[in-house]
Amino acid sequence: MSGLSFFRNPDEIAVQIPDGALLALPPDYSLVAMEVVRALIRRKARNLRLLGVPILGLSADLLIGAGCVAEVETSAVSLGEAGLAPRFTDAVEKKSLLVKDATCPAIHCALQAAEKGVPFMPLAGIGASDLVKERKDWKVQGDVVLVPAIRPDVALFHARWADDAGNVWVGRRRELATAAHAAKTSLVSFEEQRKGDMLDDELLAPGVISSIYVSGLAHAPRGAWPLGMPGLYGADDVHVSQYAKAARTREGFLKYLDEWILTPRKSSSPA
Amino acid sequence: MDSYAPEELLASVIARLLDGARHAAVGASSPIPAAGCFLRKNLDPRFRISLQQRRESNPFTEGSRELFDLAGQGRIDVFFLGGAQIDGAGAINLVRAEGKRFPGSFGSAYMYGVVPRTILFREEHSRRTLVPKVEFVSARGTPAALLTGKALFLWQKDVRRFRLESVHPGSSLEEVRDHTGFEFDAPARVPQTASPDAAQIALLRGAVRRAVTENYPDFGRRVWPAA
Repeated sequence: MSGLSFFRNPDEIAVQIPDGALLALPPDYSLVAMEVVRALIRRKARNLRLLGVPILGLSADLLIGAGCVAEVETSAVSLGEAGLAPRFTDAVEKKSLLVKDATCPAIHCALQAAEKGVPFMPLAGIGASDLVKERKDWKVQGDVVLVPAIRPDVALFHARWADDAGNVWVGRRRELATAAHAAKTSLVSFEEQRKGDMLDDELLAPGVISSIYVSGLAHAPRGAWPLGMPGLYGADDVHVSQYAKAARTREGFLKYLDEWILTPRKSSSPA
Repeated sequence: MDSYAPEELLASVIARLLDGARHAAVGASSPIPAAGCFLRKNLDPRFRISLQQRRESNPFTEGSRELFDLAGQGRIDVFFLGGAQIDGAGAINLVRAEGKRFPGSFGSAYMYGVVPRTILFREEHSRRTLVPKVEFVSARGTPAALLTGKALFLWQKDVRRFRLESVHPGSSLEEVRDHTGFEFDAPARVPQTASPDAAQIALLRGAVRRAVTENYPDFGRRVWPAA
């Protein structure tokens, strides 16, 4: 992928993410491109490798349940107040999903190493954890652990704004900037398009990720739903807990997929 | 005496354990520790609470790594950790036990090692959760205390064992022994955990309820339904 394209919709973004890609995704509280996630399920993506930046939630559970994922590297997968992520839990217990367990600061370090173009980053304080025994790719050196750089193929997230120049605004969710810097490219859905160039605005610029990191954009109003976009709309907690209940069984999950993802929603259908 | 919810008792115990702390951080899915911190904040305005997953007015402007960077520099005094399993050596397991998968270690592997005062918290007090030895060590460190739905334990650094500090109203030393899978020390007469006073209960149902419910809506509505 090179250059920058404005795509017509989230489904066209989903086509840009190839099967088998290492895909960096944010946690539920940090601007998840849920409409693109749903589009990935519709396009029957396969063998994705998910990276939690640094944890994962609803987006990962949906993708795992829908059979799109071969492997996850993450510090946790959780639906927060709605409880365990049921499809993740089921897939791991049935041994159909490979998990590389990590801890939050190790993933931040791995992405920071990648954004600096160095092979690893040292992290202190984690030596007593069994994670260090399990992760053969982490090297213990005295009091620190050397965490190798992670360079995702794609960072996927949702932004409040995109401007004409292709810059995107994520405000204080700077883990998205780290992920974007570390990844080979970023694909971004956004709430609203702004005229001009946000880098010309002193107040907006600090919350911007520059277009240099972005290869594809698509307009997706309420595209983080049922998760939130702070300042614009909150998370739909009722929906997330309904999902958590439904997805306890494979049948309930498939029914959810059919109702909310595979069939065009009533609210958006022309009839 | 005023009646109160079990969660209100636990929050008041946490507020007491925070005595002398300047800055506590609260991680994922911890409404009771958050309530304890907000209560402390109302008792001591200089106390600072950083709620990692705060939905509005999030304190971190460098993304979620800033919490860990602050902790690594010693700018956080207190952190809370839980576990699918917690053992008598203070190790916690958030990954897997008895064939079951749990969410994962989050930042525990790091925070336990670098934050000076770690408070272990798990509402369920059973032999399933409080085990002789965890199956997987997500994190190991030196805890300050272990608070459960039945009791408060303090950590004895010299012998590296928990000592039962108090049992909550309605429980007893016998009940705590029956439901604890690890060995611990206990005084001959175990005191009862102090109840929140009327002023604390008023704060819990006012400012604390509002702050907690913004971030943990299900919890807020369950504990304070009439409010």
